[in-house]
Amino acid sequence: MTTEIANRDFRRPGRGRGLLDVPKHTFLLRLLVDKELQVRYRGSILGILWSYVKPGVQFIVFYLALGVFLDLNKGLENYAVYLFSGIVLINYFGEAFGNGARCFVGNGDLIKKIYLPRELFSVSTIGVGLIHFAPQLLVLLIADFVVGWHPNLMQLACAVVGMCILTAFAYGLGLIFGVANVFFRDSENLVDLLVMVLTWVSPIMYAWERVADKAPEWLLHLYLANPITVSVELFHYAFWYPTLEYEWHVPPHLLSMWTPLAVVIALVTVVVGDLLFRKFEGNFAQEL
Amino acid sequence: MSWLDNDPELSKPMPPYVPSTEPVVIKIDNLVKRFVLRHTRSMKEAFVWLLKGRKGDLSEKFNALDGVSLDIHEGERVALLGLNGSGKSTLLKLISGVMHGDQGEILARGRIAGLIEVGAGFHPDLTGRDNVYLNGAILGMTKSEIDENFDSIVEFSEIEQFIDTEVKFYSSGMYLRLAFAVAVHTDPEIFLVDEILAVGDEPFQKKCIKKIKELSQRGKTLIVVSHDLDMVKRLCERGVVLENGKIVEDGDIRDAVSHLRPDG
Repeated sequence: MTTEIANRDFRRPGRGRGLLDVPKHTFLLRLLVDKELQVRYRGSILGILWSYVKPGVQFIVFYLALGVFLDLNKGLENYAVYLFSGIVLINYFGEAFGNGARCFVGNGDLIKKIYLPRELFSVSTIGVGLIHFAPQLLVLLIADFVVGWHPNLMQLACAVVGMCILTAFAYGLGLIFGVANVFFRDSENLVDLLVMVLTWVSPIMYAWERVADKAPEWLLHLYLANPITVSVELFHYAFWYPTLEYEWHVPPHLLSMWTPLAVVIALVTVVVGDLLFRKFEGNFAQEL
Repeated sequence: MSWLDNDPELSKPMPPYVPSTEPVVIKIDNLVKRFVLRHTRSMKEAFVWLLKGRKGDLSEKFNALDGVSLDIHEGERVALLGLNGSGKSTLLKLISGVMHGDQGEILARGRIAGLIEVGAGFHPDLTGRDNVYLNGAILGMTKSEIDENFDSIVEFSEIEQFIDTEVKFYSSGMYLRLAFAVAVHTDPEIFLVDEILAVGDEPFQKKCIKKIKELSQRGKTLIVVSHDLDMVKRLCERGVVLENGKIVEDGDIRDAVSHLRPDG
């Protein structure tokens, strides 16, 4: 009763092909994203509406505290739009990175008992992050139209590039910390700290010129080498600058040097994360 | 006397064991799996250990599988037997891909579905319905395959009225019913079953065994881990006995069972 099985190739069970597995498993990926959303908003009345409420309140608090009380409004026209274009990005980053770092431990029950390409968990956190990002982007666009926004194609393309850099960076970091978290649970505490620090060392609440005024050149370069800074500036360039009446300058060499560098850094993060993941994936089941 | 003896299908004596000549579907070569009994889980402790000049062992190791080589052929029904801690469940986990070995190699071909643990691949906060889709997708079914088989899965599991309840409210028997129903509907070519049928009630056990037999008659390969020697004697023709991570007996199921039960 020999079937065609004799003609098939052997493979090694449980060895994924990393990101290459993702296109083959889009249905499973969608279910994992659904699962994540359902579990998170289970039993909540507002459900996914929370993803509007949280950034909205955060925005009002920051706007009042920083813009009005600290007078940051004075230096920056349309400070609210400036602030919000950074906040939506860092929220997305924090969510994708944070969930990525927690995803293997959080899905321990599945990982221990059944094999599926586990990188799907990491990819699904990006999906969840994007779903929460969309309403915030919508709020940002509405604010843009209210104050008068006339972007050109170049600026819109910059927003897309900024988004891609941040996605890759969050995915890579999430993978690295996610793998570390399986072995040392300290790493998820480190994540919150890191997101907080990154929020303040990027020009989200203030303008990059303030750093340029105070910091020596090497420090400014270090500051601009941060992929988050680059993404935030690209977003400012796309969503805030086209609302201004006056000329404003992005940091020098942003497009010619810092953006390509950020792309490289983000991709290296992904590669490192992927290598770590492949090396340690086989031990997840016994460690969780 | 157990109910197994009353079942005409199951009480038939197993034909004498003849080593299979069908194509190999699972090839295991000198497999070693080492477990680390970690003493610490925090970076602080690991750091202190490093500072102290790595004195003492941070972790202890033992080999759950210690050089296992085994070929399993298409259509075989193999029982992995052994006492607790002999490594049989670990071997099943390595075949399913949940864990990777440290040395040696496993090669497999064909769709593998495993019932490794009760509720494997179920998320407690999702309903039975959502879990059928999730579990089916994990086991490699497409959306249309699951849509098509959904009614049949629910019918097989006999838990229609609870299908929209979150599975955390399920009993272990209900878990098993649903998990088994999904697994058999994925139409696996290699079916791995760990000690899980034990939680089902007798009628459902019968139903499962009937289904397993049916799969096996269609040429599917079956690998079972069980302590229920009477059941495996009727289900499998080949027995592999593990002891401390090594194979000590491989052949006719009757020989394997008598190895574990010298007085019976």
